[in-house]
Amino acid sequence: MKKYVKDLTISEISYPHERYVLLKLTDTENLPDILPGQFVEVKVEGSPDTFLRRPISINYVDREKNQLWLLIAMVGEGTRTLGCLKVGDTLNLVFPLGNGFSPMRKKGEKVLLVGGGVGVAPLLEYGKVLKGQGAQPIFLLGARSEKDLLLLEMFKSISTVYVTTEDGSAGEKGFVTQHSILASEHFDRISVCGPKPMMVSVARYARQTDTPCEVSLENMMACGLGACLCCVEKTVRGNVCVCQEGPVFDINDLTWNI
Amino acid sequence: MADISVNIAGIQMNSPVMTASGTFGYGIEFADFVDFREIGAVIVKGTTLHPREGNDYPRMVETASGMLNCVGLQNKGADYFCTHIYPEIKNLPTNMIVNVSGSSPEDYAECAARIDELEAIPAIELNISCPNVKQGGMAFGVTPDGAASVVRAVRQAYHKPMIVKLSPNVTNIADIALAVQDAGADAISCINTLMGMVIDIERRRPVLSIATGGMSGPCVKPVAVRCVWQVAKAVTIPVIGLGGIMTAADAIEFLLAGASAIEIGTANFIDPAVTMKVSRGINEWLDAHGCRSVQEIVGMLES
Repeated sequence: MKKYVKDLTISEISYPHERYVLLKLTDTENLPDILPGQFVEVKVEGSPDTFLRRPISINYVDREKNQLWLLIAMVGEGTRTLGCLKVGDTLNLVFPLGNGFSPMRKKGEKVLLVGGGVGVAPLLEYGKVLKGQGAQPIFLLGARSEKDLLLLEMFKSISTVYVTTEDGSAGEKGFVTQHSILASEHFDRISVCGPKPMMVSVARYARQTDTPCEVSLENMMACGLGACLCCVEKTVRGNVCVCQEGPVFDINDLTWNI
Repeated sequence: MADISVNIAGIQMNSPVMTASGTFGYGIEFADFVDFREIGAVIVKGTTLHPREGNDYPRMVETASGMLNCVGLQNKGADYFCTHIYPEIKNLPTNMIVNVSGSSPEDYAECAARIDELEAIPAIELNISCPNVKQGGMAFGVTPDGAASVVRAVRQAYHKPMIVKLSPNVTNIADIALAVQDAGADAISCINTLMGMVIDIERRRPVLSIATGGMSGPCVKPVAVRCVWQVAKAVTIPVIGLGGIMTAADAIEFLLAGASAIEIGTANFIDPAVTMKVSRGINEWLDAHGCRSVQEIVGMLES
């Protein structure tokens, strides 16, 4: 897939939660082909401490408005700077990067999309694409509490959404792997994006139930193009770049203790 | 338009701008961003005789105006390069130079001998300055005798132009430069990364898996310019300058310090098209200053 470096203009900004910002970016040309699960490398201007680009997963692609959405957790100086941008500002992106989630494997397949925290971001686009292809995506989203559930209405507009919160303020209380849906329903496969401990426990569940499972990793990156070899993950094929051969990996390719 | 072509140790280049090893993959990773005809050479990833898995993750940490890495020369070895990668890159329309590393003079020589057989590789860059591998690498590059021993061994086995890449982590870089020139180097590139360390104060641990790493980016540029200036005064062979170059103005600084050409490294991570932009920018600067060629400004500091 052809990669681009270009300036996109911020056309809308919203804050789904005080720690998260949703940037909707418009391209002057038609947005290029983008696969769900791919990411962008964003240049953060203005400080010597944010020297490298920030890898951010693509949250949603709105072809009608020619908009690309980035849902960003403001956790460090770089992402906080992104949260202070204004409508009309431009953002320089290198994109689309990485392999993306698996395309639909068979018509009508039931795919459980498990997200935690800001890891829910790429699942919105993936769910939309899977549904469009004729699969049956089902979301299982985990958060600390109700207010940490991001873009819930958007997820619901695509498909069924199950929720867990750690404090029980919404959905079932506990972690995603404790949700009753896992015991009562069968899924053809699972895709996960979220904090590593969550992905590990979902991967463990998948292994136990013999369900195919892929996870999206977020190792620290520099180039995003497979050149610097900084973001490597140990796999059955040796060290590979998460930015190029991932970020999405089949759990059977990883060397996790599951 | 000024003439920005250069000839480095017999290698004719369209531009004085090359890519630094380890920052540009094998070139093909940047094919969507760069017109290879506009850059002088691609120096590919460090290649060793045997495959290397490199160091554990985390291998990278950002620092003010730069970064540290401890990749540790991850590569699939010389044989894999010759049989699988070389066929993919040999027709790219620029000079494809291979960066060679090793853990003993014999290792370096054998690796270089394999590369010598590849018709479309006009030169090698000898890495005697990697700070991230326990054996070899920088261990050779920090003394004149150690540096000369590797260069002499490779000179026996390799018959095309040989660039030797020097470490800044030394007391007197000019002494090392003279030693590698005497041992048969055709050109010198400097600098490799500066050894550094970053600590996570909450965990009370170094951030990088092997504690230390090589620092690169604009934060090292003044050190690099100083090294190029010292080396260029000491030797008669061409010097290739690198270290923190982000813009054409940065590149001009190195040329004035005495570099005949330059390499761009870490900046490729920030802007994958930067090499082409710097090449064009050098041309514009020369035009704006009434210079007809790059050669007119190499080493031309006012005294």
